[in-house]
Amino acid sequence: MSRTWVTPGGVHPPENKHQSVTLPIGQLPIPEKLVIPLSQHIGAPATPCVEMGQQVLKGQVIAQAVGMVSIPMHAPSSGTISAIEHRPIAHASGMLAPCIEITTDGADTWIEHQGISDYEHIAPRKLLEIVGNAGISGMGGAGFPSAVKLNPGRQRPIDTLIVNATECEPYITADDSAIRERAGEIVEGIKILSAILDHPTNIMIGIEDNKPEAIAALAPHVEDSGISVVVFPTKYPSGGEKQLIYILTGKELPAGKLPADEGMVCINIGTTYAIKRAVIDGEPLISRVTTVTGDAVGTPRNYDTLIGTPVRHLLEHNQFDEQAGGRVVMGGPMMGFTLPSADVPIVKTTNCILAPSYAEIPDDDPAQPCIRCGMCAEACPVSLLPQQLFWYAQAEEHDRLEAHNLFDCIECGACSYVCPSNIPLVQYYRAAKGDIRQAREEKVKSDHARARFEFHKERIEQAEREKEAKRAARREANQQAKTDHVAATANGSTVSSTAPSAPATPSGAVPSSSAADIIAAAQARAAAKQASPEDQRAKLERTIASAEQRLKVAEEKLAEAINDDSGKQDKLSAAVENTRQKLEQSKSKLAELAE
Amino acid sequence: MAFKQVSSPHAHAAQNTSQVMKLVLLATIPGLAALTWQFGWGSFINVVLASVTAVVCEAAIVKMRGRSISFYLGDYSAVVTAVLLGLALPPLAPWWVVVVGTVFSIVVAKQLYGGLGYNPFNPAMVGYVVLLISFPIQMTTWVAPLALLPAGTAHPGLIESLQIVFAGCSPADGVTGATPLDVFKHSSGLLVDQVYDREPLFNQAMFAGAGWEWVNLGFLLGGIILLTQRIFTWHGPVGMLGALALMSILFWDSGSSSSPGSPLMHLFSGASMMGAFFILTDPVSSAVSNRGRLIFGALIGVLVYVIRAWGNYPDAVAFAVLLANFAAPFIDNYTLPRTYGHTDRRRATEKEED
Repeated sequence: MSRTWVTPGGVHPPENKHQSVTLPIGQLPIPEKLVIPLSQHIGAPATPCVEMGQQVLKGQVIAQAVGMVSIPMHAPSSGTISAIEHRPIAHASGMLAPCIEITTDGADTWIEHQGISDYEHIAPRKLLEIVGNAGISGMGGAGFPSAVKLNPGRQRPIDTLIVNATECEPYITADDSAIRERAGEIVEGIKILSAILDHPTNIMIGIEDNKPEAIAALAPHVEDSGISVVVFPTKYPSGGEKQLIYILTGKELPAGKLPADEGMVCINIGTTYAIKRAVIDGEPLISRVTTVTGDAVGTPRNYDTLIGTPVRHLLEHNQFDEQAGGRVVMGGPMMGFTLPSADVPIVKTTNCILAPSYAEIPDDDPAQPCIRCGMCAEACPVSLLPQQLFWYAQAEEHDRLEAHNLFDCIECGACSYVCPSNIPLVQYYRAAKGDIRQAREEKVKSDHARARFEFHKERIEQAEREKEAKRAARREANQQAKTDHVAATANGSTVSSTAPSAPATPSGAVPSSSAADIIAAAQARAAAKQASPEDQRAKLERTIASAEQRLKVAEEKLAEAINDDSGKQDKLSAAVENTRQKLEQSKSKLAELAE
Repeated sequence: MAFKQVSSPHAHAAQNTSQVMKLVLLATIPGLAALTWQFGWGSFINVVLASVTAVVCEAAIVKMRGRSISFYLGDYSAVVTAVLLGLALPPLAPWWVVVVGTVFSIVVAKQLYGGLGYNPFNPAMVGYVVLLISFPIQMTTWVAPLALLPAGTAHPGLIESLQIVFAGCSPADGVTGATPLDVFKHSSGLLVDQVYDREPLFNQAMFAGAGWEWVNLGFLLGGIILLTQRIFTWHGPVGMLGALALMSILFWDSGSSSSPGSPLMHLFSGASMMGAFFILTDPVSSAVSNRGRLIFGALIGVLVYVIRAWGNYPDAVAFAVLLANFAAPFIDNYTLPRTYGHTDRRRATEKEED
């Protein structure tokens, strides 16, 4: 037996796995409606390629992958597309997301499909394409598109393939029962993976020692295959990718690195089964094994569940007692999240629906103060100080949180599990991570805005400098012209020869200083714009005539007002005075012009 | 169907804070039993009186703060503080000494800092030091151990003890006496072997001082129970006892007249074991990481020895613990554990890794 390494921390919650393995994997009747979310994986959501009312067959592509990191979606059963819209999905926030709804016809008619039996003779690239087209994403947790994970376009070759059969969360037995019943197909899938990865030297199936039946089931199939089944003691969270890598290899995955960077690929054992079905049988990923368990359901067991099956369908076929418990969890009791309602569909990562009774998982007691007892630090599998993280998360000290490696927290929940003060530690860490990410994004945005503003300011200043330079040049030119003009006057040449439309410059007004020069030039320009004296006189005479008329009217009104005593005298007398002044101004101007 | 929305994890271990505190209280029983056996009813009266005072003070302050009294009293932390202070105080000390110390511990050292979880200093030790500085006579008058009582006499009975504590009656002659640490403090000019021969405290003892060795064994037993129950890790106690042992070996001076005493005497006299397992393991005021707690404990061990050997006080656990409480945030800054996937430990203040 291979050597294994022991991770720090970890907890031993009650396993509660026996309840759901008493019966074999079951089949449910096809639900009336299937709801397939377009994003069940990490990466870009798929784009629908069907229309409302369209008939689809089982296994038909209903949404296509977009870009490199994405997967297509297939119809899990035959029927009619009855909706393409936002629906509640299985997400901790209870959010809505784009989904395709299929109203099934019950016939479950397969689309024509064909597998490949001699995968050994197929190019890895072609096999990858099959995996990608089958819509396979990691079925253990995050749902990373498998074809991307297995893509050989990387720096170093893969020498270690780790198949994760740990299933360390309590209650869940989806992988366990799948191995018991499908060990042959699973090992076949691992062999296909090995072919895709150009036969890594080290292929290990990591499994906890609480699954002796599964270990026994694998044994005959891995004989002489170069695949070793590595059994290690049960401890939560051994199934975390980083933890499993350490347990099996003694190596830590450096912070910020992917397993592939270290020549390793880590893949969930359920995914290997899906890969076998895709390659050998030509079937896309349209169903998975899901555990339905907890004391609030009548018969805990595993089902081969169609993707898109509403949780309600699973619960109703299991005599779910809504009164028995308050929450329904997708996933396990350590990392699973509560569902907002039973209408959300099963997706490719749904390994368990847990409906616990109040006796199994009571409502939380109110949190007591943290006494920094350190039990959380003893339980932490990545050697953080959860009590300090909690302290700084409360104080929103982001720098301290980062110095305490908040982002290495895998949110396994071991700290909250052991906390004697019932503090929901993981919730604080999630919130703090969200805050820090948001702050980082905002910083990027504000840096961008600042850069833009500074560029803008610089550009304005540049334009101002250019304008100033032009102004200076113009001044220079003007100055030059003036000097030329003065010189010309001194030489006795006529003014009209240089400025024909300008009125005569007052004699003897030859400026001596450059300032007077500029003023004179401006006056000359202004004068040039004015009309001829005759026009001005005519205009003034018209003004005087109309002003006299207005004055007469105003005086009449004033007289009337005085007679009526209507209180408008002040205003009217002011208007009369105003008009009279304007009249006098015009008259004096006319007199000047006449001189 | 609409379900309850709860953040993961959904499963919780059964243990809670009040159970932890109750377990600590239970673990003090061997020490209290040894004290009562060797020094009479005084410590028992101290513990009861301090507990009643602490509960009253805690309830009053919690009420003033507008919090739920039953919720905050239910964590038993006030009782733990009171019991530890009661155990540390001299048996048959006047009642007002116990009450003043407890009031100071609970009201000033704990609640004024924000209550459970927020006190930077060990509340019991703050109360103890306040008393030691304010009432040195009452605080240094110890009862003589069972073996040293005049022939044919015994410790005062419960009723008589209550009269001494509450009515100020004087105990009978010979009931009070020096402690082993006192003896060494004032034993200049004698070789250690001579002290052991002459002093009844030592020649009546097995290895470290009559009565005191039993008390320390009692607290050691309680501490080991808590260790096996994983209430705390071994780091703090081992750090302190290791440092104390190391210091007393280094300065043993082969038992010369200037020797501050043997390693066994330092480990099993005074408040050594109680300090190691019940005082410096207070998680609130200690360092947080395991390495930090090892250093924190070692610092206390060194300080205890330094003050005992060269300071003005015969025992020093309370001063050493308070000084180390000051240092705890500093220790924390440099003792972060190495996180998975990182090559080096980080400092609590550095954001970027080297």
